[in-house]
Amino acid sequence: MFAYIVRRVVIGVVLLIVMSLVTFLLFFSGAFDPARNACGKVCSPAQIEQTSKALGYDKPILTQWGSFLGGIATGRDYPLDKSVREANPELVTHCAAPCLGYSMVNTDTVNHLLKSAIPISFSIALVAFVFWIIGGLLFGIIAAMTKGSFLDRGIVGFSLIFYAFPTFVIGLLLLRFVAIRWGIFQLPVYVPLTQNPSLWFTNLVLPSITLALFYMAGYARMSRTFIIESSGEDYVRTAKAKGVKRVPLILKHTLRAALTPLVTMAGLDLAILLGGAIITEDVFSFHGLGLLAVTSNSRQDLPTLVGIVLLLSTFVIVANIIVDILYAFIDPRVRLD
Amino acid sequence: MSTTEKKTTAMSSDHSGSYLSVRDLVVHFPTSDGVVKATDGLSYTVDRGKTLGIVGESGSGKSVSSSAILGLHRGTNAQVSGEILLDGVDLLTLGDEQMRRRRGKDVAMIFQDPLSAMHPYYTVGNQIAEAYRVHNRVSRKAARARTIEMLDRVGIPNPDRRVDDYPHQFSGGMRQRAMIAMSLINDPGLLIADEPTTALDVTVQAQILDLLQDLQKEFNSAIVIITHDLGVVAEMADDVLVMYAGRAVEYGPTKEILVRPEMPYTWGLLSSVPDVVGDTDAKLIPIKGNPPSLLNPPTGCAFHPRCAHRDKVPGNLCFTQLPDLTPAAAGGTHTKRCHIANPDEVYVAEVLPEIAPDLVEEQQR
Repeated sequence: MFAYIVRRVVIGVVLLIVMSLVTFLLFFSGAFDPARNACGKVCSPAQIEQTSKALGYDKPILTQWGSFLGGIATGRDYPLDKSVREANPELVTHCAAPCLGYSMVNTDTVNHLLKSAIPISFSIALVAFVFWIIGGLLFGIIAAMTKGSFLDRGIVGFSLIFYAFPTFVIGLLLLRFVAIRWGIFQLPVYVPLTQNPSLWFTNLVLPSITLALFYMAGYARMSRTFIIESSGEDYVRTAKAKGVKRVPLILKHTLRAALTPLVTMAGLDLAILLGGAIITEDVFSFHGLGLLAVTSNSRQDLPTLVGIVLLLSTFVIVANIIVDILYAFIDPRVRLD
Repeated sequence: MSTTEKKTTAMSSDHSGSYLSVRDLVVHFPTSDGVVKATDGLSYTVDRGKTLGIVGESGSGKSVSSSAILGLHRGTNAQVSGEILLDGVDLLTLGDEQMRRRRGKDVAMIFQDPLSAMHPYYTVGNQIAEAYRVHNRVSRKAARARTIEMLDRVGIPNPDRRVDDYPHQFSGGMRQRAMIAMSLINDPGLLIADEPTTALDVTVQAQILDLLQDLQKEFNSAIVIITHDLGVVAEMADDVLVMYAGRAVEYGPTKEILVRPEMPYTWGLLSSVPDVVGDTDAKLIPIKGNPPSLLNPPTGCAFHPRCAHRDKVPGNLCFTQLPDLTPAAAGGTHTKRCHIANPDEVYVAEVLPEIAPDLVEEQQR
């Protein structure tokens, strides 16, 4: 078990290093000059050259990548060129390990930008996750138990509607009616959990529901399918032949088997959402990772983009490892070695 | 209990001797293509301590008719009619909850493939104890003790340790033993074994059959064993019911059926059994063709398209008229569904020399 986890982590780290090389090459040897971008709209060639030197863009791409990796391990000082730092000590910014770079556009380290965005995205994703898992499973179980009835058809039909509806429409409708017209919730503003837990939650309800509805619809349909599928298994028939009651039959025998594929999907979906829900964050103006990615993209803020890509990859890799380990706990037949 | 007794006297006055009495059982599945007649008018009886073997090819309605006894078709679109009297109570008239209380307690079932019939995520002990706890208000500890006792009874070594194993950690034979322990934990009056040895090694098969017979003596239960293996029938059954296309085609005491079969389908089944100690001249003759569709069963006798002896029947009776289940030429309780006038003579003259030449020689000597 321990050896398995170590091996998976090592593979994950190797994967991340490859990932960083690919994104680095894609972004920094691409069509536009990163130094020109970083410098700003009106820049003389001399200024561009200066920026290039300060951020190390004058070096070969692989050297840049090497020092980027070094920065993740030990941290870096900006501007990168030592002579520039000595000439302008007031400009020096220290970027502690794991340093993901410096964004000239935001005049801030990428780490700092991510650090302020992460709690917002995490909050939305986690609250939405709770909503969609509870709702999705509940509706899925109800639909599977009443298969073929009007209730079942209603749940399947509604889930299709929510699945097809664009997230921003749902978000805007919720804002327009629930928040503005009916005033059930205030216009959502992010409040840190550490500052006020109850305000944190009430402000998250609308964005989380917006995000959760789409996933809830998908999970309701999937869990319905998986439950119906596993209720045809021989061991469910055995349990029925033993005289097990209807509800334990569903919960203990059928659902348990149907959960396995759902755990995999839930883990990976959550990991991706931790990296930001672009549309939801945009609709509610929550400055999380999703919105940061969009603004960085439109402002061609390459270092921030590289940082976000790496962070997201880390989430996905970690989620994969966790899901695989969870599997061994869910299914006793799975051995980790 | 008093109501049960009343029902017993009221409803089964004519066959009070039998523990299980199935009469005119019909199981139909309506589908978009038409009605699948999986079981069409099946009748049999089993006494306590006795074993009935139900034989037939896949798709002859063996399993379907037996699942109907447990009420496993409830909640599906299956149409079940007829009578299933268990200890005098018609199971088909019971409510779902009353039926559930009987499942696993009065009627238990052993399934064909013990690996897929056990839940892969729960320990063997958990699943056996569940069968006990569903019908008995006992503590977890008491149920566990009872489970270990049952595992020991069915011959699982170190039952106090193996009780916490998962099904995949058991061998095939041990899994089937565990299934038997699960089915007998509530001491049911009727045990239905649906091809209990089909998925097992030959050596293990014999052990499992022995175990079933031992336990039957101990618990005095009625057993319905579903199989396509006539060897199993010869070993286990007191009576045999041969099924074809959802109907009984031959029914009687095992000895009678195996020694003096009177229905060409039964002859076909007997010809398909290899005999390791038998004469090497004996031919292994498969029944040609496939089992009929239960959606559009053949007219007349359902077996006529595959029957090698249909020209012995005058006219086209086999094609037009379903033969009744009539007493066999040998008499007794042996019945068969065939138009041939002298099936006993045909068997001795034509079939026996083909499948068991040594037996014929012996008789001539």
